[in-house]
Amino acid sequence: MNDLTPTREQRTAALEGMGCKRKRVEDIRFTQGRGNYVDDVKLPGMLHGDFVRSPHPHARVKKIDDSAALKVPGVLAVITAETLKTVNLAWMPTLAGDVQMVLADGKVLFQNQEVAFVVATDRYAADDGINAVIVEYEPLPPLVDPFKAMNADSPVLREDLVGKMSGAHGPRKHDNHIFEWTVGDKELTDAAFNKAEVKIKELISYHRTHPSPLETCQCVCSFDKIKGELTIYGTFQAPHVIRTVVALIAKLPEHKIHVIAPDIGGGFGNKVGAYPGYICAAVASIVTGKPVKWVEDRIENLTATSFARDYHMTTEIAATKEGKVTGLRVHVLADHGAFDACADPSKWPAGFFNIVTGSYDFPTAHLAVDGVYTNKAPGGVAYRCSFRVTEAAYCIERAMDILAQKLNMDPAELRLKNFIKPEQFPYHSALGWEYDSGDYHTAMRKMMEATGYAALRKEQAEKRAAFARGETRDIMGLGISFFTEIVGAGPSKNCDILGIAMFDSCEIRMHPTGAGIARVGSKSQGQGHETTWAQIIATEIGIPADNIMVEEGNTDTAPYGLGTYGSRSTPVAGAAIAMAARKIKAKAQMIAAYKLEVHEDDLEFDIDGFRVRGLQEKFMSMKDICWAAYNSVPPGMEPGLEAVSYYDPPNMTYPFGAYLCVMDIDVDTGVYKVRRFYALDDCGTRINPMIIEGQVHGGLTEAFAIAMGQEIRYDEVGNVVTGSFMDFFMPTAVETPHWETDFTVTPSPHHPIGAKGVGESPNVGGVPAFSNAVNDAFSFLGATHIQMPHDFWRNWKAAKDLGAVA
Amino acid sequence: MIPGSFNYHRPASVADAVKLLVDLGEDARPLAGGHSLVPMMKLRLATPAHLIDLHGIAALKGISRNGNNLVIGAMTTQHELLASDEVAKSMPILHEAALLIADPQVRYRGTIGGNVANGDPGNDMPALMMTLGASYRLEGAGGARDIAAADFYQGAYFTALEPGEILTSISVPVPAAGHGYAYEKLKRKVGDYATAAAAVVLTMSGGKVATCAIGLTNVHETPLLAADAAKAVIGTSLDAATLKKAAAAASAIMAPAADARGPVEYRKHVGGIMVTRALQRAASRAK
Repeated sequence: MNDLTPTREQRTAALEGMGCKRKRVEDIRFTQGRGNYVDDVKLPGMLHGDFVRSPHPHARVKKIDDSAALKVPGVLAVITAETLKTVNLAWMPTLAGDVQMVLADGKVLFQNQEVAFVVATDRYAADDGINAVIVEYEPLPPLVDPFKAMNADSPVLREDLVGKMSGAHGPRKHDNHIFEWTVGDKELTDAAFNKAEVKIKELISYHRTHPSPLETCQCVCSFDKIKGELTIYGTFQAPHVIRTVVALIAKLPEHKIHVIAPDIGGGFGNKVGAYPGYICAAVASIVTGKPVKWVEDRIENLTATSFARDYHMTTEIAATKEGKVTGLRVHVLADHGAFDACADPSKWPAGFFNIVTGSYDFPTAHLAVDGVYTNKAPGGVAYRCSFRVTEAAYCIERAMDILAQKLNMDPAELRLKNFIKPEQFPYHSALGWEYDSGDYHTAMRKMMEATGYAALRKEQAEKRAAFARGETRDIMGLGISFFTEIVGAGPSKNCDILGIAMFDSCEIRMHPTGAGIARVGSKSQGQGHETTWAQIIATEIGIPADNIMVEEGNTDTAPYGLGTYGSRSTPVAGAAIAMAARKIKAKAQMIAAYKLEVHEDDLEFDIDGFRVRGLQEKFMSMKDICWAAYNSVPPGMEPGLEAVSYYDPPNMTYPFGAYLCVMDIDVDTGVYKVRRFYALDDCGTRINPMIIEGQVHGGLTEAFAIAMGQEIRYDEVGNVVTGSFMDFFMPTAVETPHWETDFTVTPSPHHPIGAKGVGESPNVGGVPAFSNAVNDAFSFLGATHIQMPHDFWRNWKAAKDLGAVA
Repeated sequence: MIPGSFNYHRPASVADAVKLLVDLGEDARPLAGGHSLVPMMKLRLATPAHLIDLHGIAALKGISRNGNNLVIGAMTTQHELLASDEVAKSMPILHEAALLIADPQVRYRGTIGGNVANGDPGNDMPALMMTLGASYRLEGAGGARDIAAADFYQGAYFTALEPGEILTSISVPVPAAGHGYAYEKLKRKVGDYATAAAAVVLTMSGGKVATCAIGLTNVHETPLLAADAAKAVIGTSLDAATLKKAAAAASAIMAPAADARGPVEYRKHVGGIMVTRALQRAASRAK
């Protein structure tokens, strides 16, 4: 060895593998405006489609007159439900087992519902066309309040389902009822409440909001009549699922459907589902023989494609007077809008809401969820969370604070008293999950120390005294959130989408010179997969991450995967990548043994190659092994170095975290200031700490938006009143607080590299932290629960209702 | 979100612009920064057949001192207002308010003329111009006329501007040396219109308010001058009781709409608070 021989540390660093704050390789093109998004796709002769939408939330469609529209220069066709019926596509199946109108068939069920699709030579002509279509409506009474959905005198929304008293998830109790889903032991839970020393009960609502990615939903469909092939460029979080859906509903052979998801400008769940725009663009391309582009505008995105949340959770906790929880009972009224188009795994009509026992050792629990139809847009997607997990985390974290208040106990102390203990893992929850790992006490205590929690409580007490003396008009709140997520859908034993198990996949192909390509079934929408997937491979096989190209989103080349949402990419695709890399490594070991003339058991992997045990100089680098794979493999072995892995996870992963929000609120104006926000996340093994930090920043910003004002709101007659960024709160850098991040590491015991998901944890944990801070601030004035969102005027109203403002 | 078709005109002089406006009649709209008109066109809530772009008229730009007045060309952008030393020195409230308008991108395009002439009650400059006692020069086929800002606003989007007229410049009397000023604006986020806002310009003498003007933004279908509130503080040292009286007098003339910023009661309540805070801050700045 001489001075030029790299050290072990240098060799490890050169790989930029797991644990490295590797800079995002995709940012080179994104920051220079060289990304390739769907709207960048311009095909020869491409046409443009746009929707005529309903101004009414509920109405019968009496007549659609397209004669004037067809005379508009550039307009080529107007597609209506009648057109779609000729190809049996007026309705489409939803991921939740319901059906949904593609275009209004006889009636409209929400404002801005798609009524007709105008196809024209450019976007201007298409918009001229939609303004020339005359639709005659007969307004019907709207159903806006979900609590009135199952009243005897409520208007029946879904006439197509009248008489069908059973849906995809069991019996229906009313024409506007979708399903009832129950989990847990009712008798045992009722018994726990009967003998409880202390009980709380509160209606905790999580309002309707929207994922609102920067790039809206869009597609370009191109049907080649000669070959009988359909190519779809689209903003798809799950391109393979889209291909299968198209094959099933359009009756096209699946190998003749090419789905390509290019760069995507944010998804957050908005781009999981199938929307009328995709179907109409595909039909329009088949009809005209030309490519057809459909691009949603912001109003359409906010008002028509996939909202999130809208859960009304009546929550009860039973406890001893010492503060030990003994039972949890939750009833959810879920507002699904006009069609049940939730994007959940098939068997989970309320997603994984049964994670609602949270981080606490509840001996028994019972959950019932009733889904109902209203005259609102369909959706119910997992907006930066695993399926309905943010609703569950908000429910239990708010309820624990309410219990602490009732017990006159510090909310941190109550949580510490009830946490699942480290030795209880794997832990079987009362509502049926097996938590894989966790160390909640350590994380909680680290948060309390890092923030100086005790001192903050002392300061709060002084502030409250000063407020009472009239010396200040500011009140101070401390919002704790200790969340447990459930991510990585999921094991084939309980997770599928349209019958396809929710595995994920990776194919790695190493080239002779020691570079390679990895194709993965996931699909980045900004998560940085091109960076992190290469890091996993770098550490696993000892090839620098820079030499691994990651490709996703083309269904012709990528192995079948279920896509990216619900923080499933690292738990599932990340595992497939590690497993595929290990297959590469196993073959590489055989080649190295042959070349080094030893038995393969005599070799050990050493950072970037194989070494003969005990013989420092007998070493073969992975780079050299790649070359050998193409010219001198052992006799009987096939040349080449590639591998495929399809990974069916044995369990979900359960990331967790301890958050604290310190907030000051001016009661006279309701204006709040987030003084401090501390977020400790435990996502197991950390692949790229910089990307994790970015994920946490992004998720917290969305959580901040949701808790403090972001909502999709309907007025009492069903008009959606939050159709633009003027009224739909999208914080800028100015409003966004400063984030302090921290971590503990509790690896997942069943994941090949011990990693859990992280992209959604901050949204799941963040919302309750903000809301608890507001509620904590007002608690000394007598508040028990103030509904979100906590925007300025509502904070003022809370203060006024509590008598703190004249 | 795609506008319909329209004809585009780019006159080089005010006379040419006025002629186009007169000839083309009500199908024509002048285009300044476009930040109100263009979004309305994209929603097809406005469908002018002709747009008369004023960017080609050099005479409409610039800030100059004319005796005791600052004369600001209608096509002067908010960014140019912010960059002006003259504005910062002699009329710092204009600088302070311009910084609270939208965001830098909007301020690069948005003009003061468009802001005051559109009659949008959400715009910040109209109440400020009323507070400062500004007047607008309107030019039409019959020549030019001047009108006080306080007489210009008739209703939401209704102003004293006659068909065929263009607002060409604004003349603002420079406030007395040593005056105190503040523009207090409560808004939900950057880029939002005010939930309520108050402009105050005052002078102090011997610890008491000598002169005072108070303007209010977005709490009525037009911008308002809170004359009674201003009167209530003259001769006082802005003690708590006086501030309360002034806020109540200001709230009494407010008639905001309920919207996503809050119900009527809230917007009037915080309107009063903006008045109180603006008075206090203005007094603290007065010399």
